[in-house]
Amino acid sequence: MLVALLCVGLGSIAVAGEPITTLRAGALESNSPAPAMAKPINSDIREIRNFPEQPPTIPHNIRGYQIDLNTNKCLSCHSRKAVGQSQAPMVSVTHFMDRDGQVLSAVTPRRYFCTQCHVPQHDIKPLVENEFIDADDLTNK
Amino acid sequence: MIAKIVAYWQLLNRPARHLSLALLTTGGFFAGVIFWGGFNTALELTNTETFCISCHEMRENVFVELKETIHYTNRSGVRATCPDCHVPHNWTDKIARKMAASKEVWGKLFGTISTREKFQSKRLELAQNEWARFKANDSLECRNCHAFESMDITLQSPRAADNHTRLLGTGEKTCIDCHKGIAHQLPDMSNVEGWH
Repeated sequence: MLVALLCVGLGSIAVAGEPITTLRAGALESNSPAPAMAKPINSDIREIRNFPEQPPTIPHNIRGYQIDLNTNKCLSCHSRKAVGQSQAPMVSVTHFMDRDGQVLSAVTPRRYFCTQCHVPQHDIKPLVENEFIDADDLTNK
Repeated sequence: MIAKIVAYWQLLNRPARHLSLALLTTGGFFAGVIFWGGFNTALELTNTETFCISCHEMRENVFVELKETIHYTNRSGVRATCPDCHVPHNWTDKIARKMAASKEVWGKLFGTISTREKFQSKRLELAQNEWARFKANDSLECRNCHAFESMDITLQSPRAADNHTRLLGTGEKTCIDCHKGIAHQLPDMSNVEGWH
């Protein structure tokens, strides 16, 4: 989410023709040191969504979670049947709908790959200021 | 033939004529030490990661997958090697597992999983063997390091603390019930209970 917003932010800067500060620390021909690896947020606290359709972010570490043709690790807690034991939020009913809005008995293939939309968050300082305004705040202005 | 066996038995059964009792007992003792030591050394030699990945079946499939996981790569430098999880540490169980492993020698000789494709098609069966073993011994190999009694659940994430207290602490579940595929990739799980 944050990364997506950053990309949008950077894009708009370029369009506006404002000076772009490079992320490169040293000279062009030298290799600058890699930034430190950020820690994934593992608070298990649900974050608010910035707009109603926003896919909720993942408030826990998902290192090594297998999501492929063989299996989907996320669904071992978030599937309809698993939530009784895991007490995790169930995937919403929209994930059971095919493209015609027909509700199926299982998650549809087009919604199977969780991390296409849902992403964990990392504890990092944003590179550029985030000027996103929540829709509610916008209408109250 | 039978007469030969009887004669041989009588030879073995007769007290020694020229060797002293002291030589036989101390000699037997030291021979026993050497034999036992040799046996255990050879056994431990087959109980190492180096030995496991000396075969391409292990080195190019499961070992590659292990390397990316927390049990191989982590901040504290504690690393689980193959036998830590796949061979019981208790001696009698270890010997039982080692005898069962003779089937794996058979598999190696006849190339049961000699290619990636063969391995993939047999993977579910192999995984199920391991899950059954972990389930039967209450995830003993996990608990050699991760004892529930030693967990400080206040340091765990709320989700982990809740699940461990509710399911593991009550004995309702054992480690492998939830933590399948933490060290290797999972096979097609569509027929495995609780998986998708």
